[in-house]
Amino acid sequence: MTKNLLSSAVFAGLIAGSFAALLQFMFVIPLLLEGELYEGGERIHFLVDGMTQSDKGAPALGTDWARHAMTVAFNIVTYTGYALLTVAAMGFARERAGTQINAQAGLIWGICGFIAVQLAPAMGLPPELPGTVAAELAPRQMWWTGTIIATLVGLSVIAFARSMPLQFLGLVLVLVPHVIGAPHLDTYFGIAPPELSAEFATASLATALIGWTMMGYFAGYFMSRGED
Amino acid sequence: MSTKTATFAAARTNTAAFVLALTVGVALLTVSGMAQATVLHDAAHDQRHAMAFPCH
Repeated sequence: MTKNLLSSAVFAGLIAGSFAALLQFMFVIPLLLEGELYEGGERIHFLVDGMTQSDKGAPALGTDWARHAMTVAFNIVTYTGYALLTVAAMGFARERAGTQINAQAGLIWGICGFIAVQLAPAMGLPPELPGTVAAELAPRQMWWTGTIIATLVGLSVIAFARSMPLQFLGLVLVLVPHVIGAPHLDTYFGIAPPELSAEFATASLATALIGWTMMGYFAGYFMSRGED
Repeated sequence: MSTKTATFAAARTNTAAFVLALTVGVALLTVSGMAQATVLHDAAHDQRHAMAFPCH
């Protein structure tokens, strides 16, 4: 079991992480590099008075191979980390609730993981362009972690509890972090165009959704195959 | 009786496997998403932004 859990997670993380990195280079990193032009002051969007206006266009990915190789490597680390949590949860759910483990079930696990780990925290702390000024790090990391745990527990209760009042409590648990609210500053400091920040947030979420579903699919696939 | 013992043993081993996977998973995510050491932060920078870790 241990060997199957670990190897399934590593394979799923390797495939999903590499593919997610490829998607990021196509859709997310160009926006990030464009954001860095505003962070570094090469482009200015907001003048003190007068028009808000600046040129559109992302710089080329360039030849900073070390930087981009690190992005691929850390995507594989991150997706392998999430895959380890996913295979443990899939195994635990089968043991306790008799759920199936296969690629199809893995898709649903992946989508729920995306909801809990990417979408729910993004409601309070949207994916940020470099240079975004935000509240202090520690409270944000705490709200982020707390939101993920509350959403995971809430979704599990909705999925596995047999009584509707309990499932309703699960929904309440999913909503609680957003009623409390993420740590934010009292002032807006954004230096990049709002369009660019919005595009970055949605592109980051959309590529993560593909990465997560792929990771879930392959985690389920390799786990079921490893047991034959 | 012997079946029961075997089931208990299997369940115990599985729990250990789940805990191990969870621990290694959280450790990997701490490195790739949360750790503040400058070298780690810079190397993981683009990935952290793309995956929306609250990293700085």
